[in-house]
Amino acid sequence: MSRTVAARADDLFQIIGPYFLIGLLLITWEMTARAKLIDPFLLPVFTDVLWRIITDLISGELARGIFFTMARTVISFAIASVVGIAIGVGISRIRFLKWFMDPIVFIGLPMPKIALLPVFMIWFGLFDSSKIAMTAFSASFQIIVTVWMGADSVQKELIWSARSLGAKPHLIPLEIIIPATLPRILTALQIALPICLIVELVTEFVMGGTGLGAIMLQASRNADSLGVFAGIFEIGLLGILLIRTLEIVRRRLLVWHQEESKPE
Amino acid sequence: MLVRYLPILILAFIWEGVTRFWAVPDYLLPSLSSIFGAFIELAADDLWFHLSRSISRGGIALGSAIVIGITLGVLMAQIRSVRILFKPFVQLFYPMPKSALIPIAIVWFGLGDVSKVVLIFIGSLLPIVVSSFNSARGVDEVLVWSARGLGANNREVLWEVILPAALPEILAGVRVALAISFILMVSAELIIGNDGIGFVISSLGETGYYQGMWVGIIVISAVGFFADRLYVLGMRRILVWQESGA
Repeated sequence: MSRTVAARADDLFQIIGPYFLIGLLLITWEMTARAKLIDPFLLPVFTDVLWRIITDLISGELARGIFFTMARTVISFAIASVVGIAIGVGISRIRFLKWFMDPIVFIGLPMPKIALLPVFMIWFGLFDSSKIAMTAFSASFQIIVTVWMGADSVQKELIWSARSLGAKPHLIPLEIIIPATLPRILTALQIALPICLIVELVTEFVMGGTGLGAIMLQASRNADSLGVFAGIFEIGLLGILLIRTLEIVRRRLLVWHQEESKPE
Repeated sequence: MLVRYLPILILAFIWEGVTRFWAVPDYLLPSLSSIFGAFIELAADDLWFHLSRSISRGGIALGSAIVIGITLGVLMAQIRSVRILFKPFVQLFYPMPKSALIPIAIVWFGLGDVSKVVLIFIGSLLPIVVSSFNSARGVDEVLVWSARGLGANNREVLWEVILPAALPEILAGVRVALAISFILMVSAELIIGNDGIGFVISSLGETGYYQGMWVGIIVISAVGFFADRLYVLGMRRILVWQESGA
């Protein structure tokens, strides 16, 4: 079967297309920086930045930075998830809790929680605990609301049948409601994780200490623009790593759910 | 209405009672009444100036992110070559925590408005692009086929079928962007402050005027709350024709 030139060109475009814009951007960056069209302080040479990342990797600096930022992000995320799921399910099951939490969540959700950062610094000090508390607090409202809405929408029939089959009342949240709301819970976590990363970095920028954000802050204070640019790439990498991991977890956990068997 | 917000009132009373009864030092938690006093004082001073600076920066950035984000997202869904060119770009930048760009924004655009506007713009752009792309891609093929069968051309299909069908999800994406724009606005002002509510919070906190710091926190929270309420009301209005509602 002979193919037209147009079809071949189209095949080529499909293969090269995805890399075209990024490649063009990187090459333009490299050329303008090499030709010193832009002050090297504003735009260091791309390959130098890559080299800097490799040096950081070899010296172990990168691993240390990633470790601290990731550890705090993951711990805050875990705290926000557990507290958020517990309160969310609680609100949907307990009338008093619903009455009490409804206006608090209603007001707390859209509020920019990061504004409380100076307060958290006073309350929890300048080290890990205030960063973790601030990050977990920022992310928890989104989880509470989404889990609450999800738990409210669990079909009553599911709960009734579980009861009539003899399920113990205190096990119903764990055995019925959480599995039935799992897709919604995971969606909530997927919104909360990027918030955790954003806030964790801001806490590092403001308070310093350890982690990728703090290293970047130090680099920017030392007018070390290679360090700042390398930091962006390293942070971006960490973000992609964490968010992709959560996507894989979602797929694993929802194998049984119709969402997964839906054709693409 | 009152019954609904009673828990907030109870919390406010506990706040006032505890701070007065145990004479909690101001730096830990000033009493609500003293914060209100500081509010009156700051309101007569430059509080509204800083608030208007924050809101105008956020508004400009979010507004342009909405226009460009929806356009790009829908174009990516509709035109194959745009999708192939831009999708990896979006996939690469979407998971990146935008606050990482704060140090670069300072270096490139200085300490003024531009760095903050650019930061908020980039941060709120990607959720809008992604939600517009996903929703425009997810429009039921049957709708498009029927419209075509009834003789609609490309432009009509886009404006009359795809955009209305994708609208609920696009608007949900804009709501996420609204929340992110507030986070980035306050973060940027806390770190690169020379005006705006974030600057009020950090500078008054540093000088030890804790009542004033709390005024900043409460004012920006109230603005965030009302912005979201207004948005949701507008969204319901726009989506009134939808069977399920917003």
